Parts: sequence; structure tokens; C-alpha cells
Amino acid sequence: MEKAEKLIIRLHNVARIYKVGVERIHALDGIDLELSENEYVAVMGASGSGKSTLMNMLGCLDRATSGRYELDGQDTTKMSDAALANVRNERIGFVFQSFELLGQLSALKNVEMPLIYSRNGWWSRRRRAKNVLERVGLGDRIKHKPNQLSGGEKQRVAIARALVCNPSILLADEPTGNLDSKTSESILELFDQLYREGQTIIIVTHEEHVARHAKRIIQMRDGRIYSDLPRDQAPANKASMQNDVQEEPE
Amino acid sequence: MKAIIRMLASFLRLFYQSVYLALAQIWANKTRSVLTTIGIVIGVASVTAVIAALTGLKAKVLTQVESFGTNTIFIFPTQPDKGPKRHASWWTIRFLPEHFDDILEHCPSVERFCRVAGVGQYTAHYRERSAENVEVTGIEPAFHDIQNRPVALGRTFSVIDNMQVRPVCLIDPKLRDELRLDRDCIGHSIRIGHHAFRIVGVIERQPELLGESGQDRYEVFIPFKTTFKMGKPWIMAFAASKSTEVTEDAQAEISFFLRRTRNIKPGEPDTFRVESVKRFLDTFNSIALMVTLVAGGIVGISLLVGGVGIMNIMLVSVSERTREIGLRKAVGAKKSAILTQFLIEAVVLCLIGGLVGVGIGQCLTMIISGINPVLDMVRIPAWAILLSFSFSGSVGIFFGMFPAIKAARLDPIEALRHE
Repeated sequence: MEKAEKLIIRLHNVARIYKVGVERIHALDGIDLELSENEYVAVMGASGSGKSTLMNMLGCLDRATSGRYELDGQDTTKMSDAALANVRNERIGFVFQSFELLGQLSALKNVEMPLIYSRNGWWSRRRRAKNVLERVGLGDRIKHKPNQLSGGEKQRVAIARALVCNPSILLADEPTGNLDSKTSESILELFDQLYREGQTIIIVTHEEHVARHAKRIIQMRDGRIYSDLPRDQAPANKASMQNDVQEEPE
Repeated sequence: MKAIIRMLASFLRLFYQSVYLALAQIWANKTRSVLTTIGIVIGVASVTAVIAALTGLKAKVLTQVESFGTNTIFIFPTQPDKGPKRHASWWTIRFLPEHFDDILEHCPSVERFCRVAGVGQYTAHYRERSAENVEVTGIEPAFHDIQNRPVALGRTFSVIDNMQVRPVCLIDPKLRDELRLDRDCIGHSIRIGHHAFRIVGVIERQPELLGESGQDRYEVFIPFKTTFKMGKPWIMAFAASKSTEVTEDAQAEISFFLRRTRNIKPGEPDTFRVESVKRFLDTFNSIALMVTLVAGGIVGISLLVGGVGIMNIMLVSVSERTREIGLRKAVGAKKSAILTQFLIEAVVLCLIGGLVGVGIGQCLTMIISGINPVLDMVRIPAWAILLSFSFSGSVGIFFGMFPAIKAARLDPIEALRHE
């Protein structure tokens, strides 16, 4: 695949090991991964394949047991909890399967929330939240509370919240998992639009049609990257995946 | 410097936001919040009401003492605590008029002095009207100054009234009204017991003493010597020192003088007491302090119970909002931010409780001062309100700390997975 100029993510031999009793579970087992600016990546895999752990790792919610993770050229492995919180705030936008909106707050207040914890954005938080809500097509629903919004609208609010701090990467974990197929398609179109606007996006999913929106598809199994290919070359189904083992391109 | 300003700014942001969130949260769980804060409300309401009542009582006592004059000294016979006269009958230790002869010459710190002779209660008659419970007291002219009870109408007793044992009297206006005498009743004759007395003046009523405002009690004053015509009077004395500073000297001088005139041998205890108003005030103050401490203890316990309630509800809140905490951490909230948020929520809850408590305390105070005219000076002092707020705030911090720490320590991944 074609390599862009600016490297955003660089994982080097990252492992994450959980201890359950005396047993050691290798959730991630030596992951090497590089991601450039304005890439659109889907991470696929069965449950237990380590894709959620990878997502938490990329989102700086979790720390590697060993290995090295560089985000925007900074090594996150040795950062303090507070510094990681700042990284999450400034560089990463999360989109969750179940939206995670706060029910008592309006759409606007929900979108403002990350800016509350931001070092710079506090004074302009209302304006920025409004702008980003307009960007996701909800400019007319900013005063609505989550229970007055449809599922698709809720997810748009959540996406707006993820974008409000201008993150380097947008991390979406099964963003269409709780939506019907029509709404899913419109949310995915929104992702496409954001990608065209220059946003780097990582979607974790187990659904083929969702992954097909991405430009690059990473398949995971047993805590390892199993295949990492541009969409056009990626195997369309699991049967072909097993035959077509690919190494990560250098 | 820049870093400090930055930290301060970020704290202020967090503070503002946390208060906003706390109020939203409390509003969203109205019933729960009300039930939770009841402990604090009751604690604060009772402490403010008790403090208000005590302060009012104290103010009342002080004004009364001031009406007496703070340099007033009371002299009365009493059985000693020990020694052979411990069980002496009251009659054997009574004062005799001659015990006080020439006292002013021997006591340089004493400004004024008067003897008072009580002869007990009689029924007073005027034409067909009568009044019971009339306290008859023999006085000397200095009484008016020492007790601050001037004659409003007519004249005081003259030396001649006393020397000639004249049957003249001063009456209090309440008795005049009860007997339906004219307003200008001077020269009229009233009968007290079996004796007729001519009214020479109307004396001002004593400022109402605590707790006896409603009682029907009348006073008649007659010349000191005249009391001996009516029976065996019980003699006491009042003195006024030259100034408040020398009151203790005056007391010592009077004691010394009376020991001599009453033939008390060295080493024997006094058979009388010389007390100043200041002593009464000190006694009152120490009682008031004790009541305050006891009330404070009770209130402390109630605030403690209230605080446990707050802690409980905050723990529930933390576990209910686990996903919210996870989300906040995911979007960049630091531990300190989560801690502040939950701590402020607890504090705000407590402060609202304190506010409502002060309001209820104010209502209680108004009710108290409305019911009993003696307590009409009852007010909640500003320091009590301040104390209530700082106390309930501290309860919030103390009992909110544990749940807040629990929230701050949550692992975001686990928290987001929480059902």
C-alpha cells in the first residue's frame, strides 16, 4: 500500500498480558503496526481475537505490558496517568457501540464535555461544540436530550463529541452495532465524509460490510495481526483469509 | 508563575463545572437528595435554633443585669457549708439592723448602701377592691438608686418618715390599677393587712424577670423602720460599689465589716454571703456554655449520622454512574477531575442541607420568639450561620472523600464495560 508522509501511530512489538490466577493470557502478542495521517482502517476479528484490547491500547486507555507505542512521535509507554489523560483528550476521539451519552445533558452539553477537561478549549467550548454538531448534520437538534433523539442521531452526537477536540485519530468500536442497517449506512457515510475531510479513522468491527468502507483492513486472531491489506486486496470472507496469510508490509 | 496561574485556571474551570454537574445531578434525583440531606438539615436547624435561643436569653439577662447596674452587691444571710452553724436555724443567723451601722465609713469602696426588710405577702384593700400577693418591703432611700427604680410620681421616703415610723407607702402602678385607684393616687389611704398606709408615691416597676412575666405580683414599699410595726422582718442589704473595677474590693470590705459586727471568730465560716451581679453573670455564662456544649454534642452526632447518609448515597451514585465515569476518563478526565466532581457533589449536597437547615432554624427561632415574650431578643447570630455552613461543608468533604476516591480510581476500561 501507499505510505503517506506523516506517521501517526507506531506500535513496535506490543504485548498485553493479563494474569488470571496463575494463568497468563496473551491478549496482544507482539503487535507491529504503523498508521499514517488520513488513513481509514478497519480492525476485524472474532471476539477474543484481541481487537478490543488493541483498541484500548491505541486509545491510551490501557498500557502495553511490553513493547513500544508512539503516538504523533511521542512514546506513550512511559507517560504518567495524567499525561495519558491529556493525550486521550487532545489526540483521540472515542465512538462507542452504545453511544455513552449522558442522559441529563443536552446534545450540546454532551459534545462540550471533552472540552471541559481540555487545557485550551474551555472558553470556546460552546462555539466549537455547535460547529462540530453542524458538521455531523445535527445543527438543529443541539438542545435535545438523548432520549429525544433517534439511535442514529445519538451516534452522530457521540461522533461530534469525539471530534470536538480535533483528535489525531477517531477510534470507533462497533459504531453501528446498535443501529438498524439503514441508519448504519448513514453513519458509515458520515465516516466516509470525515475521511474525505482528512480525518484518520480506525473502526473496530466484526461486520464485513462495515469494514468494506475502510481503505485498509486489519484482521486479528489470537492477539496477533493476521492480515493487513488494502481493501481491494483483502480477502472477502473467512475461508479465503485462512489461505492468504500475509505479513505486515514494511 | 505561569504554571501556577494555569493550574489555578484549570481548577476554577473544574470547580465551576463540578458545581454545575452536582446541581444537575441533585436536581435529577430530587427525592433521593431530599432524603439524604434530612440528617444535615435537622442537625443545622437544631444547632442554629439552640444557639439563637441561648444568645437571646443571654442578651435578655445582660439587659436585665444592666438595669440593676453591674456594680450592685447583694448581701444576705446564709448557713455556712461547714462548722457548727451549718444547721443553725435561719432565724438565729438573721441580720439585725444594727449589723450595718456606720458601714459606709468602714467600706471606702462602697458608694451607696441600703437595708431592705421583707415582711412577706399581704392582701391590700382599697374601698371594696382588694389584691392578694402583695409583697411588702421596707426600704431606705438609697434603694431607688441602687436598684434603679425611681419614684415616678410623688416623693421618696424622707428621714422623718423613717424615724417617726410613719405609715406611708410607695405602690407599684400595677397594684394601683388593680385597686382602681386614681392615676394620681397620692394622699389616698390603702389597708395592708391590719394597717392603714397613706400613699406618697408610685414607684416604677421592676423590669420583668425571666419566667415571671405573667404572674400577678404586686409590690408595696414602706419605710425601713415601719416594717418592725408589722412583724419580724427578714433583713437583707444592697450596696453599690464606686465602680465596677472595685466591686471585689467592696465585697471584701463588706465581708470584713460584717464578720466584726456579727462577732464571727477568726477561722469560723461566714454566716452570710456578699454577692455581686458579676458573679450571677458568670454563673449564667457557665450554664449557657454547658448547654451550648451539650447541644453541640447532640448536633455533632446528628451531623455525623447525616454524613454517613451522604456517604451512602454517594457510593450508590458512584456505582450507578460507573459508565459515566469511564466515559469521562476516556475523553480525558484526570483522576483529580473525577475526584473533584464527586467531592463537590457531596459538598454541594451538604451545603444545600445546611442552607435549608438555617432556613428552618430561622423559622423555629421566629416561632420561639413569638411564643414566649421573654425570648423576644432571640436571633440567629451571623457566626452561627457561618459555623453551620463550614460544619456541613466539612461533613461533605469528610464523608464524600471515600466515594470520590473510589470513583477516581475506577479503571476506564472496566467502567465502560460495567452494566
